[in-house]
Amino acid sequence: MAYLVLSNGMIFEGKRIGATRNRIGELVFTTGMEGYLETLTDPSYYGQIVTQTFPLIGNYGVIEEDFEGNSTLFGYIVRELCDTPSNFRSAYPLNDYLVAKGIPGLCGVDTREIVRITREEGVMNAMICDEIPEDLSAIRTFRVEKAVDTVSGNEKYTCPADGKEKYRVALIDYGAKHNIIRSLQKRGCSVTVWPARTPAKEILSSVPDGIMLSNGPGDPKENSFCIEELRKIIGVKPTFGICLGHQLVALALGGNTVKLKYGHRGGNQPVRDLSSGRTYITSQNHGYAVVADSLKGIGIESFRNANDNSCEGMEYPEKNCFTVQFHPEAASGPRDTGILFDRFVQRMEEEKHA
Amino acid sequence: MPKDQTIRKVLVIGSGPIVIGQAAEFDYAGAQACRVLKQEGINVVLVNSNPATIMTDQHLADEIYLEPLNATTVRRIIEKERPDGLIAGLGGQTGLTLAMQLSRDGTLNEFGVRLLGSPIEAIEKAEDREKFRETMLNAGQPCVPSGIAETLDTALAVAKRIGYPVIVRPAYTLGGSGGGIATNEEEMHQIARGGLDASPITQILVEKCISGWKEIEFETMRDAKGNVIAVCSMENVDPVGIHTGDSVVVAPALTLSDKEYQMLRTASLDIISAIGIVGGCNCQFALNPDSFEYAVIEVNPRVSRSSALASKATGYPIAKMTTRLALGYSLDEIMNDITGKTCACFEPTVDYVVVKFPKWPFDKFYGSSRRLGTQMKATGEVMAIGQRFEEALMKAVRGAEISLDTLNAPPLTDEPLRERLARQDDRRLFTVFEALKSGISVDEIFEITKIDRFFLYRLRAMAETEMKAEKNGLQPGDYEIFKKMGYPDEAIRRISGASSVPGWQMSYKMVDTCGAEFAAETPYFYSCTDKACESRSLKRSGRPVVIVLGSGPIRIGQGIEFDYSSVHCVWTLRQIGYDVVIINNNPETVSTDYDTADRLYFEPLTPEDVWNIIQVEKPVGVVVAFGGQTAIKLTGFLADQGIPILGTSAESIDIAEDRERFDALLEHFGIRRPRGMAVRTLEEAVAAAEELGYPVLLRPSYVIGGQNMTISRSREKTMDYMRRILAGGIENPVLIDQYLPGVELEVDVISDGTDVLIPGIMEHIERAGVHSGDSIAVYPPFNLTVKFQEKICDISAKLALALGTHGLVNIQYLIFDNELYVIEVNPRASRTVPYISKVTGVPMVDLASRVMLGEPLKKMGYGNGLYPAPPYCAIKVPVFSFEKLNDADSILGPEMKSTGEVLGIGITKAEALFKGLSAAGFSLPTAREKTHTGVLLSVEDEDFPDAITVAKRCYDLGIRLFATKDTARAISSVGIHVSPVADPSSSDEITHLMENGDVSYIIYTGAVKDDTVGDYTVLHRKAMVLGIPCMTSLDTANALMDILGSRFTPENTALVDINHMRR
Repeated sequence: MAYLVLSNGMIFEGKRIGATRNRIGELVFTTGMEGYLETLTDPSYYGQIVTQTFPLIGNYGVIEEDFEGNSTLFGYIVRELCDTPSNFRSAYPLNDYLVAKGIPGLCGVDTREIVRITREEGVMNAMICDEIPEDLSAIRTFRVEKAVDTVSGNEKYTCPADGKEKYRVALIDYGAKHNIIRSLQKRGCSVTVWPARTPAKEILSSVPDGIMLSNGPGDPKENSFCIEELRKIIGVKPTFGICLGHQLVALALGGNTVKLKYGHRGGNQPVRDLSSGRTYITSQNHGYAVVADSLKGIGIESFRNANDNSCEGMEYPEKNCFTVQFHPEAASGPRDTGILFDRFVQRMEEEKHA
Repeated sequence: MPKDQTIRKVLVIGSGPIVIGQAAEFDYAGAQACRVLKQEGINVVLVNSNPATIMTDQHLADEIYLEPLNATTVRRIIEKERPDGLIAGLGGQTGLTLAMQLSRDGTLNEFGVRLLGSPIEAIEKAEDREKFRETMLNAGQPCVPSGIAETLDTALAVAKRIGYPVIVRPAYTLGGSGGGIATNEEEMHQIARGGLDASPITQILVEKCISGWKEIEFETMRDAKGNVIAVCSMENVDPVGIHTGDSVVVAPALTLSDKEYQMLRTASLDIISAIGIVGGCNCQFALNPDSFEYAVIEVNPRVSRSSALASKATGYPIAKMTTRLALGYSLDEIMNDITGKTCACFEPTVDYVVVKFPKWPFDKFYGSSRRLGTQMKATGEVMAIGQRFEEALMKAVRGAEISLDTLNAPPLTDEPLRERLARQDDRRLFTVFEALKSGISVDEIFEITKIDRFFLYRLRAMAETEMKAEKNGLQPGDYEIFKKMGYPDEAIRRISGASSVPGWQMSYKMVDTCGAEFAAETPYFYSCTDKACESRSLKRSGRPVVIVLGSGPIRIGQGIEFDYSSVHCVWTLRQIGYDVVIINNNPETVSTDYDTADRLYFEPLTPEDVWNIIQVEKPVGVVVAFGGQTAIKLTGFLADQGIPILGTSAESIDIAEDRERFDALLEHFGIRRPRGMAVRTLEEAVAAAEELGYPVLLRPSYVIGGQNMTISRSREKTMDYMRRILAGGIENPVLIDQYLPGVELEVDVISDGTDVLIPGIMEHIERAGVHSGDSIAVYPPFNLTVKFQEKICDISAKLALALGTHGLVNIQYLIFDNELYVIEVNPRASRTVPYISKVTGVPMVDLASRVMLGEPLKKMGYGNGLYPAPPYCAIKVPVFSFEKLNDADSILGPEMKSTGEVLGIGITKAEALFKGLSAAGFSLPTAREKTHTGVLLSVEDEDFPDAITVAKRCYDLGIRLFATKDTARAISSVGIHVSPVADPSSSDEITHLMENGDVSYIIYTGAVKDDTVGDYTVLHRKAMVLGIPCMTSLDTANALMDILGSRFTPENTALVDINHMRR
């Protein structure tokens, strides 16, 4: 028997899975029914203990080609972990992966109750442990810090375009999911991935056709270096930001971000395209949101969440920059907004002829 | 886009009678549609021939036509009512096909009726094989290699090109009837010919057989703006090759990685966009388990059985949304009903697993093939929700009412295990479990069955848990493992031999479309073993709680009528001011809609599961009277636990069902009943039958729908029957009665303990011996003297009062040799309640529910005695599904065989019968055709006098007569000209006559001789293919003569709107 101790003092019992160490993290939940591999390897989960609301996890085992990056999450909570997976691509059971990556977790947990508590009280910290601590202060004082610094790579590298190279994209890696790179490669872009702490000057000196700002973990406001450098980048070339990239652009241009009560994580979030009137089902993973009103006169809100009306996308016409909070690269989740990469490519094309 | 304000009056087409492939799900969809339309202030005109439905209820539509569902009739209704629009996507294949016909023949244009929802072009793109393939090709969606054939030669050529095995699918049929898999040319001859015959346009699709691939479905929605969502994915545990209606299905899909899932989700959304669907649509795929290769199997551009399942599995109301989209709304303008504050343009996420398990009618058709294939055979289904696959599966199996509470089912044959394992039949799951227990490896079972190893591993874990407990008893920790796998305490005790188990209290979690991300407003629950219980923590109204038990899966003998009654009871109790809880496990029904009761528990109706809910709900009483035998069966248990049964007491129910106590009661009043005895052994049975004198009626006590009921005319048959019944193990005795072939009558009465209201008496066309559910029933009676009518009223009142009935009681009578006998008394709602309620206007369930709670009939404005009949005749005609069970013995007898019913309402009996029979699908000749009508008679010796009467009437009508040798001799002996024909077993003469169109009707009796049943089954199958009605009762034949002699045609019958009927 092991425990998940919440900062409000609530305790959930479960059985150990993965690594046996104790760990404190920010407790979040994701509602995706499949795609646990993408979730486990999404760097945006850095510092978090992730709860899966779907009760059966690990059904198709581990398929390494589906990984989106390194596992940087702090813990993993499931109702049931499958130890007899079945899929033609399955290589080994999920628990082996959790152990190998040092990710502690619990199974046999009433995950629905965790969601209900998070929904009512807001996101909070928790600890996976074998013994219930008397003093909860360590749990309460935990903060996700230096998230981008930790997950971003140290070296730049280049991924070639699929087929003939039509565009060269500079991707700033705040914790990028591989499918952003693959989505660009598929569209004839070679992608140079730059560590987050690269100065703007260096990136711009490579003369890319467009700038892609990736997703990433943590509080956007703690990335003052990145924000500062972005100010120099935005407006130079067609720019497309996703998730943290979207938030950092907003901050760089003088806008504000807020922490959501319990975030959006899953593959079923409806987002309104305010210009066309269409509503798309999107993949999401974020705890912070841009305050659209804080960017009045600077940018135009382009997408809005159809459930809670939070900002899901901005258009900065003067800067030839557009950003979205959700994940058009999917993986996991719906691929319905993949067209945004086409839009980005089109802008690079137009820029070439401008 | 907001609602289109020009739509003020809408015609809704229902799906007609319940048949295999088209069950209660369309009543659920139709009822939702009607309610949405009414909420929008639209005038609703409804046409549906099925009187047992909730959608045809007074307040669900403004004008209600219980009329035959054919193009002529619907056109006449359109002409009369002039609707602005027509909703076609909610009435199953029947509704869709009718709408297409009316569009093609110009009716819709002529009267300015707009097709609401998917445009006709879209429906055609999905329904027409060629257009469909073209659309898929353009959308880049792979189809299964195939070709269309309209002749046998083309079919064979196509099959040769594609390579065997191939699947034959006839165009425009429901439930895939008439199709099959051919593995070689020889089989292809037969299957292709059958398929061509089954298709109304003589067209089949021949396609490559991809048996063994995974079968994955997506329920999707699209609005006119182009917004698309996938509501739910489903995975068939049985791979491609078994019709999805006959497969065990899980939701969501459990074995797909995100890459596979998104590939198919995207495909389904691309498909509905390419087709141009507006509303709900079902997309079925085959997925190669060893690659990303997939093929589109089928697209249904309408709500379906799968969409009902998806709605109940996720909480997302697809039919309701489809209706709103048809009115012009877009998905993003609508709120999610469940949360009340989020957008309906989203995709539900679930935090549980759903299992659907089919309910097959094989118990009714002893000896018919249990093999499953591309042709659906299930009459209904149950759904179960659990936090694990195992838990949901266990709930589904014990809720299916197949006398199982685990997966341990005794094999039905003594064939070797591996041979049984290879057979795709209704026992497959249990055979797999048996194989796992016997040590056959998962890999070997996979090779044989192609059931994904994921499911097999799960079953193996269950088998291992059981085997461990069988060997070592219940060890510490075992109980928890069993409970999490969904085992009931009773089964755990039995398996482990433990005298006591901890007896955990169950908790209840909500189905809320969103995995708890948002607070839900709809209390829709399922049980689990967690500590946190959302039902216990739910704020209650403080009103007293009543639990209404539903009727479980749709099956022969217990159909949609019981859902009608359960739902009405819930509505009335809510109106009175109770907090009403419903328990049911049928996803096709209105009763399991999340807003029917105050709280819904989607759980099996077993003593343990119901008891667990009682612990949470603490009701002041439980209602068992409306849920058919499923609910009645729980009476004893509930009474033993001291739970108050509302209405008629457990004691009274027992008196009615206990032979001796009931006989004593009848004797007390001097009421006759056919003499009979209760026996428990073969020897007792033979002795009893001889004492009573053959023929005798044999049946087990405590049954519904005449399950396992038979007429025996010989010692051999009696012994045969007893052997079969005893082999199944019986708890209650077998009843043996004198069989009296008299006129059958039936009443449903309501008693409050003081007064007894008789809403109406029905008289059956067929004599006793044909099950009342299979008889044509006429209201009001057509041949009943005042004396007998008074006597029936008198006895009914006496019995209802003596039994202490508080609510409904159904009594069946028999008049034989000028004597009145009571055959049966059922102190509960019966099959005929919706029918009589609708034609008399007496709200029977409402009154019965109020009576149960102590309100006297007088206070409600209803008096004692027989309610005055309206100036109409209303005739219920049974509908069978023999097209789907084409090897089943279709001769009518005491065992019920019909799956549904239709109603014919007319000014005269002949008119009502004409409408009833045509609604039931009987092809009736037009005036011109009448001269070409021919009848074939083949009857038993004892039926000669009746056959001669029928023959004489045919002769008078100028109908040509054919008869088999002996019958012909009997008929010609009275001077009537008849052409003798050879027995079907000795020559093809009859077949040729049928094919040439010389025979329009077949009248056959011979049910009692087992050796000729096979002949008849072959004859009947051929007749079904050719659309020639067969009758196995001379009484039915006589009724048919009434019509053939009448002036009625589909053009000249009166259209009766039951909401504005003259009373």
